[in-house]
Amino acid sequence: MIRAENVKRIFTGRGVTVRAVDGVSTQVAKGEVVVVIGPSGSGKSTFLRCINGLEIFDSGHIYIDGVDLADKKTNLNKIRAEVGMVFQQFNLFPHKTVIENLTLAQIRVRKRSREVAEIKARQLLTKVGISEKEQEYPSRLSGGQQQRVAIARALAMDPKIMLFDEPTSALDPEMVGEVLDVMKQLAREGMTMVVVTHEMGFAREVADRVIFMDQGKVVEVGTPEHFFTSPQEERTKLFLKQVL
Amino acid sequence: MKATGQTWPWRILLAVILIGMAAAIWGAAKTIDYEWRWYRVPQYFFYEAEDLKKAPFDSVVSAIEKKNTTTAVTLTSESGEKAVLEIDSDSLKVDAQDELFMGDTVGLTSHWKMGPLMTGMWTTIWISFISGVLGLIIGLATGLARISKNYTVSGLAIAYIEFIRGTPLLVQIFIAYFFVGTVFNLSRNVAGIGALALFAGAYVAEIVRAGIQSISRGQMEAARSLGMTVPQAMLDVILPQALKRILPPLSGQFISLIKDSSLVSVIAITDLTKSGREIITSTFATFEVWLVVAAMYLVITSVLSQLVFYMERRFAVSD
Repeated sequence: MIRAENVKRIFTGRGVTVRAVDGVSTQVAKGEVVVVIGPSGSGKSTFLRCINGLEIFDSGHIYIDGVDLADKKTNLNKIRAEVGMVFQQFNLFPHKTVIENLTLAQIRVRKRSREVAEIKARQLLTKVGISEKEQEYPSRLSGGQQQRVAIARALAMDPKIMLFDEPTSALDPEMVGEVLDVMKQLAREGMTMVVVTHEMGFAREVADRVIFMDQGKVVEVGTPEHFFTSPQEERTKLFLKQVL
Repeated sequence: MKATGQTWPWRILLAVILIGMAAAIWGAAKTIDYEWRWYRVPQYFFYEAEDLKKAPFDSVVSAIEKKNTTTAVTLTSESGEKAVLEIDSDSLKVDAQDELFMGDTVGLTSHWKMGPLMTGMWTTIWISFISGVLGLIIGLATGLARISKNYTVSGLAIAYIEFIRGTPLLVQIFIAYFFVGTVFNLSRNVAGIGALALFAGAYVAEIVRAGIQSISRGQMEAARSLGMTVPQAMLDVILPQALKRILPPLSGQFISLIKDSSLVSVIAITDLTKSGREIITSTFATFEVWLVVAAMYLVITSVLSQLVFYMERRFAVSD
């Protein structure tokens, strides 16, 4: 479903060169849940943003369902509509109500009628457990509720893949659980997911595969079992010792 | 002292200071040798215009029919031609069977008309309104061009903004009327409105740019991640939020525009300021007229600020 080949993203400026993503290759199969972990600044978020073309990578290839993002002829807007993304800072549209947040892109991009879009939106709001808030503005919601709306907003586009960029990092601790529960449910339903997170519990419980990145490179890949019981690389061991 | 202290002592102090200032101005005005003639001012707001009704041909007054306030006078010529004139009853100048020559006055009708102060204010309002709308469109387009990644587009926007902000509006109006207006054969109204719109547009562009850049990058990314194009994201996500934020500086700009529109009086557009000057030349009531003109500008600008205040509260529902 996703195939990355030697992806590089290098920032240059003011005489400094940062090799944020430095030759990452990996594959994600349909229905697979891949968790990317690593210290901050390891390039995991940048790599995730490359997958839906929010970040334009400098070299290498990323194929989504066989379509190459590096190909100039590829319509990135079309790809993005198929790849949902959930951000650390939620990024809900503050001037629109919850239900408008869910219907906007359906109407503009998927060209659905308002009625159809609202039916879809209500289904998803029920699924993430905030159907009673549909007429509220995002500022009236708690962080956990906002993030669940953000997940529902991405799902409203019927994406084939969901990307999560540290979805629980900006939340108060007591709200982390409700967001992770929604994500676990999605994983059980067979959604293809790539999750950048610091939630080791989630990685252990839900991930089919864990990727450990450091300094823009993939250091180690394995099943959660392998990862949390017998990591091979020194840097992985060091990182796990610090976070567990 | 309680955290929520009484406000009335401060209100009284404010009133005392304002009254004191007014009294000081009043006292200062008394010391100069000036005869105030306020009674001359009202006629320049509204006046009763008189319309003379004259005999259209040589004729005899064949009938006078009085109604309540108006009178119908029927004139008949030698050849049997008839004409009926409606005039005000108290202005009747003829009797039945009078012989009239063509052009003799039969009477008059009177009606209330707007005086120069009102027509001047109306001119100021519509000139400000049209140049404000045009300035908003120009400013929006230029503001978007200013943040474009294309160097040519953003360069053009910067050149325009710098030129307009770096030269006096008065000079721009002269250039617009005497130079551009001569080349393209523009009327003074078009030249005046054009100069004001371009002037406002440059300032609005900077306000719009700041507004768009104040919206967090995440908003654009979220919209793009849902497959929306840049124009769609701008229109549905970024601009509505930016507009809400730039409403206060934008309204300040439009209030400035209303006041700056007084400068078009230099190219002989009879706006409120020029009407004031013309009235002074015939009445010599300099102080009264300028004070009245200032008050009329204040009325227009405060109506606008109230309107914006109302809009701000409407927008605040999503906060």
